[in-house]
Amino acid sequence: MTDAIASLGRTTINALVVFGRAFVFLIRVLASLDIVIRRFGLTLAQVYSVGVRSLLIIIVSGLFVGMVLAYQGYITLVNFGAAEALGGVVALSLVRELGPVVTALLFAGRAGSALTAELGLMKTTEQLSAMEMMAVNPYRRIFAPRFVAGFLSMPLLAAIFSAVGVMGGYIVGVGLLGVDSGAYFSQMQSVTDWNEDVLSGVIKSIVFGFVVTWIAVFQGFNAQPTSEGISRATTQTVVVSSLAVLGLDFILTGLMFGAG
Amino acid sequence: MTDPAVEDSPHIVIENLRFRRGRKVIFDDLSMRIPRGQVTTVMGPSGSGKTTLLRLVGGQLRPDKGRIWVDGQEVARLSTRRLYALRKRMGMLFQSGALLTDLSVFENVAFPLREHTDLPEDVLHALVLLKLEAVGLRAARDLDPASLSGGMARRVALARAIALDPDLILYDEPFTGLDPITMGQIVSLIRRTNQSLGLTSVLVSHDVTEAMAISDQVVLIADGRVVDAGPPDELEARASDWSAQFLQGRPDGPVPFHYPGASYRDDLLGQAERRDD
Repeated sequence: MTDAIASLGRTTINALVVFGRAFVFLIRVLASLDIVIRRFGLTLAQVYSVGVRSLLIIIVSGLFVGMVLAYQGYITLVNFGAAEALGGVVALSLVRELGPVVTALLFAGRAGSALTAELGLMKTTEQLSAMEMMAVNPYRRIFAPRFVAGFLSMPLLAAIFSAVGVMGGYIVGVGLLGVDSGAYFSQMQSVTDWNEDVLSGVIKSIVFGFVVTWIAVFQGFNAQPTSEGISRATTQTVVVSSLAVLGLDFILTGLMFGAG
Repeated sequence: MTDPAVEDSPHIVIENLRFRRGRKVIFDDLSMRIPRGQVTTVMGPSGSGKTTLLRLVGGQLRPDKGRIWVDGQEVARLSTRRLYALRKRMGMLFQSGALLTDLSVFENVAFPLREHTDLPEDVLHALVLLKLEAVGLRAARDLDPASLSGGMARRVALARAIALDPDLILYDEPFTGLDPITMGQIVSLIRRTNQSLGLTSVLVSHDVTEAMAISDQVVLIADGRVVDAGPPDELEARASDWSAQFLQGRPDGPVPFHYPGASYRDDLLGQAERRDD
C-alpha cells in the first residue's frame, strides 16, 4: 500500500519536474526569438523541412477526409431532401474541427516526430555541445528557428487541408452523387461564418501548432542521449502531442461555442 | 612575442575542484596547473572523469566547489556573453568529431567563421581551404560527414576547432578507436598544430604510448584526485606503484584485478558452512 502511494508520489514529482523543465525551455526559446528576424533564412529552411515536406500527407489526407465527409453527409441529408446542403456540411466540419485537429495529429506524426528525432540525434552525437563550445547558442541557432517554423506552418497546413477537403467533397458530392455544383458552393458560402467558423478554426490551428512544436522540440532537447532514448522521445512526442491536441480541442471548442 | 608575465602564467589553473554527479563524487579536491604553449595530457582510468574535466574547463558544467581559471578568468563566474567570448578563443575536439550532419565538410569548417565573423565569401573560402589543407582534407571538402571515416571526421573537427585561431585546444580522447596510420596522422597533427600555432593543447586520454610521446606534461588522475604530474620521462622514472601499474598496463597491482569484496576463501568456506547447517 505504502509502496503504491510512494510510487504515485514519485510519478507525480517526475511529471512535474519534466513540466517545469519544458516551461523553462519554452521561456529560453521565446527569449531567443530575435534571431528569427535577424536571420530569417534559418527559419525559412525549417519551414521547408517542417511545413513543405508535410504537404503531401496533408493534401492526400485532406482529399480523402473531404470525400468521406461528402459520402456520409449525403446519406443523412438525402433522407430529409436536403442534399443541396452538402457543401455547408462538408465545409463546416472541415473548417471548424477536422481541418485543425486532423492536421495537428498528422503534423505531430510527420513533422513532430522528425523534429524530435533530429534534435535527439544532434544531442546524442554531441552536435549541440560542440555548438556551445564554438560559442554558438543552440537556443538561437537550432531551437528557436524550428519552433517558429512549426508554429507558422501548422495554420497554413490546416488551411490547405480544409481547402483540399472541400475539393474532395466536391468530387464525390457533385461528381459522383449528383449534387448541384452551384448549390454546393452557395450553401457553403451562406452557412460558413468568417468569425464563428473560419477564425475559430484558425485560432485552434495556431494553438495546436504551438503546443505540438513545443512538445516535439522539447522532447528532442530532453531525450536521453542513447538510441533507446531517441526512440522513446519520438514516441512520446506523438503520444503526448496527440493527446494534448484532442484535450485542447475539447477545451477550445467549449470556450468558443459552449459559452456563446 | 607575448608579455613574459603572461607567457609564464599557467593557461589553466584548477584549485580544489569538487564535482559530483548524483551521489557519485567525480572530483574531490583536485588541483592542477596547465602551462601555456605546451601539450598537457590528463590521463586516468575509464570513468575517472577526464571528459567531465574538459566540460568544466569549457564552462558547460559548473563545479560544486573550487575554482577554475582559464586565461586568468574564473570560468564559472563569467556571464554568458563573456563565457562565449572566452570560448571563441578555445577549440574543442570531441571524440566523435561532433560534426554537424546536415552540413558538408566545407560548411562544417566554415560554420564558426560564418557565425562569428562577417568575412566576404572569397576570403572565407580561402580560409576554410587553408584549414582543410592543414589537416590534409582539402579535396574532401564536398563530402558529407556521414561518408567520412572516424579518423577523417576527427581531422575535419580539428580543422573546425582551429578555424577561429584559438589559443587553447581541448582534445577529448583523440586516439580512441583509430587504426595505426590514422593514429600517426592525428599524433603528428596535434604536435604540429601546437607548434605552428603556438597554442596550449590539453588532451585527455588513456592511450599511454601516444600520450607519453606527444606531451610536454602529463597529469595522472584517479579517484577524483591528481596522483602524479610532471614531464613524461620524469614520471616514468619516479612512478609510484599506482602510476607504474597504469603506465605499464599491468593487470594487477594497487588497482586490483578483482572487484573488492569478501575474500575468495571466506566466500567458498562460508557457503560450505551454510550448507553444513
